[in-house]
Amino acid sequence: MPLLELVDVEASYGPVKALHGVSLAVEEGELAAVLGANGAGKTTTLRAISGVVRRSGSIVFAGKKLPRRPESTARLGIAHVPEGRGTFSELSVWDNLRLGGYTRRSGTKEDARRVFEFFPQLEERRLQQAGTLSGGEQQMLALGRALMQRPRLLLLDEPSLGLAPLVVEEIFGALERMNEQDGTTIVVVEQNARLALRAARRAYVLEVGRVVLGGPSEELRANESVRKSYLG
Amino acid sequence: MILVAFTWSELAQQVVTGLRNGGIYASLALALVLIYRSTRVINFAQGELATFTTFVAWSLMNHGLGFWAAFPLVLAIAFLGGAAIERVVIRPVENASALTIVIVTLGLALLLNGLMNVIWGGGEKQFRGPFSTRTIQLGGVAISIQDIGVVAVSVAIVVLLGLFFRFTKLGLALRAAALNPASSRLVGVRVGWMLALGWGLAAVLGAVAGMMIAPIVFLDPNMMQTVLLYAFVAAALGGLDSPVGAVVGGLALGLLITLLGRYVGFVGETLKLPAALLVILLLLLVRPAGLFGRLAVRRV
Repeated sequence: MPLLELVDVEASYGPVKALHGVSLAVEEGELAAVLGANGAGKTTTLRAISGVVRRSGSIVFAGKKLPRRPESTARLGIAHVPEGRGTFSELSVWDNLRLGGYTRRSGTKEDARRVFEFFPQLEERRLQQAGTLSGGEQQMLALGRALMQRPRLLLLDEPSLGLAPLVVEEIFGALERMNEQDGTTIVVVEQNARLALRAARRAYVLEVGRVVLGGPSEELRANESVRKSYLG
Repeated sequence: MILVAFTWSELAQQVVTGLRNGGIYASLALALVLIYRSTRVINFAQGELATFTTFVAWSLMNHGLGFWAAFPLVLAIAFLGGAAIERVVIRPVENASALTIVIVTLGLALLLNGLMNVIWGGGEKQFRGPFSTRTIQLGGVAISIQDIGVVAVSVAIVVLLGLFFRFTKLGLALRAAALNPASSRLVGVRVGWMLALGWGLAAVLGAVAGMMIAPIVFLDPNMMQTVLLYAFVAAALGGLDSPVGAVVGGLALGLLITLLGRYVGFVGETLKLPAALLVILLLLLVRPAGLFGRLAVRRV
């Protein structure tokens, strides 16, 4: 049974429908990518899962129907790093991390140590106001905050956006380690299809609010239409 | 400017009196800032809420409770009452425009004022405070025990609140919910409850201010109306977004009013309030965000 399964999920912003029945499944321990052009519904798919946007259709997580509020999905072990990273810019790096561990009773110190192992830069800047970090450091902080939640499922929205290639490498390297070492299931939305298909084991392609293709990354890499539209 | 006869010991007394009033303004200003930060709304009912809880204290004391026995009880009642008001009255209009919510808080103020008149009657009541009005000699300066007590209580409450915000997880969540509700939800913070908690804490601050000022003036349903006005000014002076600013603004306003009234001849008792407001107006012209209001630094 997959850890996460979406069946016919629809969502709208006011009168504008963004998802027209998305169905996809992610296995436990998998790193899955969601690809697609601007406006295809990638971000909305993540929002529907975490409950940020109202949706219909069924989403099952770990064998149970998923609640529809972000506070509740967070408490079930879903960490969502949203578009724009969702940094608490006015708070310190350390307070951002503490907030990641908000729903956990204890272990803040140990969890923070793990975050600092992944991203040593954050430890040097722990007392700095988060809004003054560079873009790459903010993305690391967002990942660190999510890591503090000790998630079973990590949802990432365009982690490479606006970052230098070297920083992107570092971030994706960290993602792969989280996936392999801790067995965290990860769903990552990416515009950079080459990068995503390299890191992910499975991928889905969205077009105007529907899944048009899905399967193991090697298959998609070999697919003619994917090569044309996304790998250039 | 015409300076009035001056002695150091009198200056010290005036400063303590100014700080005493300032501490009360600061408590109420802090209550306003707490709610403003999380909802962007000025709570016009904050004054009546404070008076109402002070009346509750008065009733408890009339039933034989001492001040310090009634004090924690009143704070608990204020907290629950404030949180309940957020849930019942403010929640349904949460997503309405700021103007709508302001009108709701004005309505709430009128309602509470009416209720107080019905329950306790309109006349002035003597409120026996916890501190003696006797004066003691401190290094040649005569200072009333009551003034020192009021300053001490205000400081203690502000320090406790600061510790709560800085060092507890709940305090951090409360700040986070005010700064970035969307991200707060994603880490599991129940933002709706944080708003209720904020209203509860604001009501507690108001109750402290009410119980501190009631022994100095008389207790009546309109007692806090002028104080609320001062609290607005204090909050604006400090920067509506800044709790530290509210405290500094309150103390500064208290000092300014007292010292201007005493030492600037042509100002005197009658003109001390407009004079103080004029000084603050000029200051806000230079720093519109207030003394401690700041813009968040963002890099992208």
